[in-house]
Amino acid sequence: MIKNESFKLRDVNFANRIFVASGTFGYGDEVSDLVDVNKLGAIVTKSLSLKPRDGNPPPRITETSCGMLNSIGLANIGVEKYISEKIPNFKNLKTKIIANIAASSVEEYCTVLEKLNPFDEIAAFEINLSCPNVKEGGLSFGTNLKSFEIISREVRKKTSKPIILKLTPNVTHISEFAKIAENEGADAISVVNTFVGMAVNIYKRTPKLSTVTGGLSGPAIKPLALAKVYECVRAVKIPVIGIGGIASWEDAIEFFIVGATAIQIGTANYLNPATGEFILKGISDFCENQKIDDFNNLIGSLSADHSASVLKTWL
Amino acid sequence: MKQEFVKIQKIEEFQSGIFELTFASKYISKNSKPGQFLNIRVDNSYQPFLRRPFSISNIDEDSVKIIFNAIGQGTKKLIHKNINDELDVIGPLGNGFKYEENTKTAFLIGGGLGIAPLPFLSKFLKDKTNIFTILGARTSNQIIRKDLFNFSVATDDGTEGFHGNVVDLAKKIISEKNITPDVIYACGPTPMLKAIANFANQNNIKCFASWECEMACGIGLCQGCPIEFNDSNKKYHLVCKEGPVIETSKIKL
Repeated sequence: MIKNESFKLRDVNFANRIFVASGTFGYGDEVSDLVDVNKLGAIVTKSLSLKPRDGNPPPRITETSCGMLNSIGLANIGVEKYISEKIPNFKNLKTKIIANIAASSVEEYCTVLEKLNPFDEIAAFEINLSCPNVKEGGLSFGTNLKSFEIISREVRKKTSKPIILKLTPNVTHISEFAKIAENEGADAISVVNTFVGMAVNIYKRTPKLSTVTGGLSGPAIKPLALAKVYECVRAVKIPVIGIGGIASWEDAIEFFIVGATAIQIGTANYLNPATGEFILKGISDFCENQKIDDFNNLIGSLSADHSASVLKTWL
Repeated sequence: MKQEFVKIQKIEEFQSGIFELTFASKYISKNSKPGQFLNIRVDNSYQPFLRRPFSISNIDEDSVKIIFNAIGQGTKKLIHKNINDELDVIGPLGNGFKYEENTKTAFLIGGGLGIAPLPFLSKFLKDKTNIFTILGARTSNQIIRKDLFNFSVATDDGTEGFHGNVVDLAKKIISEKNITPDVIYACGPTPMLKAIANFANQNNIKCFASWECEMACGIGLCQGCPIEFNDSNKKYHLVCKEGPVIETSKIKL
């Protein structure tokens, strides 16, 4: 038995550090035939807006080398239907539910959060400040330091539950945003959302996505995401939740060594909805083999000459 | 729906470039309906990255069959598998062709490789109703013939059967035999499905079509496979959950 497999954000205890990322696991009920969702530390549910959203026209996804591009456009059922149809299902789950919120104004972020806040089934909030696929869908807030600061501050006022801010990698220096999140009282940051990418059908000479560009995810982005996590853990003391191309237990351990407090599995859930279970088992075996008896001896254990990092001027 | 690691029993090139793969699964063979699909992970590499959706083409006792044209990254890998190799399969998925008890005559229309679910469907229907099967393609050697009987052929270039498209051949059969189908079941490329849907809607014939869309998860997680409905409350529905077989009157054409 490894010590500190669980961890806390505020008074919420997560049984383990393996979460599933927003938009890749629905609301948890779609996969219950295939996976024991209670083994996961948390499920981050699909981004919610105040009103239901149709999402973008097809084509919304396209396969790329070791990954995929998506432009779903935050298609979601809206907060009212989430409350009436999804929250009742959460009662029977042992795993923690983190509600992800995406909005097009400061007011909308706050309204959705206030509607969800009274429900005990919602353990924490993840604020999506980073969707690349809709106008005003978060990215415009997530790439502007001033608006990022305002939203971080306003959502903090509305709840005493843990707030996790989800950052976009599509900025020059992600650590600047991480520092604002910390200053404004966020309990953790999720690093990172998808990278803006593009693919072209060479015979038709058309973009492969209806919105031309989309968000790149999957193992293709893992080294990019890992560097962003490295940059953030060097800049802030609040927990960093690592996301980006994690598909195996080895991937997850890389993020922990770099300093992630927890990780989220995203696109790999599409290949195998049981990826979380495999990763948990793999980590447990690795710790046993490597004689690691405390998770805190793994997290941030990177042995490196940080002074040699090209990032140092930003840390 | 289950995730299973199944054993390949047979891979056969039954027509130039067109393959049938058979694998063993009691669960899938017992629980599948014609028109449902499987989402298959070809191997554990990330090339190709995503699972590949396949219509169930037939069920034979405890064996399940899919047919495909080996032109993509995934299908090229599939044909090089060996007997007894494992395949990672999630299924059966989605909604199949709807059958109503009092159906007297059914038209089955397939275009090119779109015929994939028809062998399973015609096996299910053959003792229940009169079946007229119409297969269409650009040219004769693209007509896929697998476990189908008494079919009529339409080719765009006239190299076999009726010179023209499947809708015109359907019209010809209706007028010559003086019959009206109670239902049309269709599968094939989207432009063909839309033409069949228009014909069925204009003539008040019930019509169920199997729609294609690029897909990632196949189980409603990724929201990546929308199809536009005539539905003022919800514009897009998912091909993987609502379909792949959807009544054509619901679809915005």
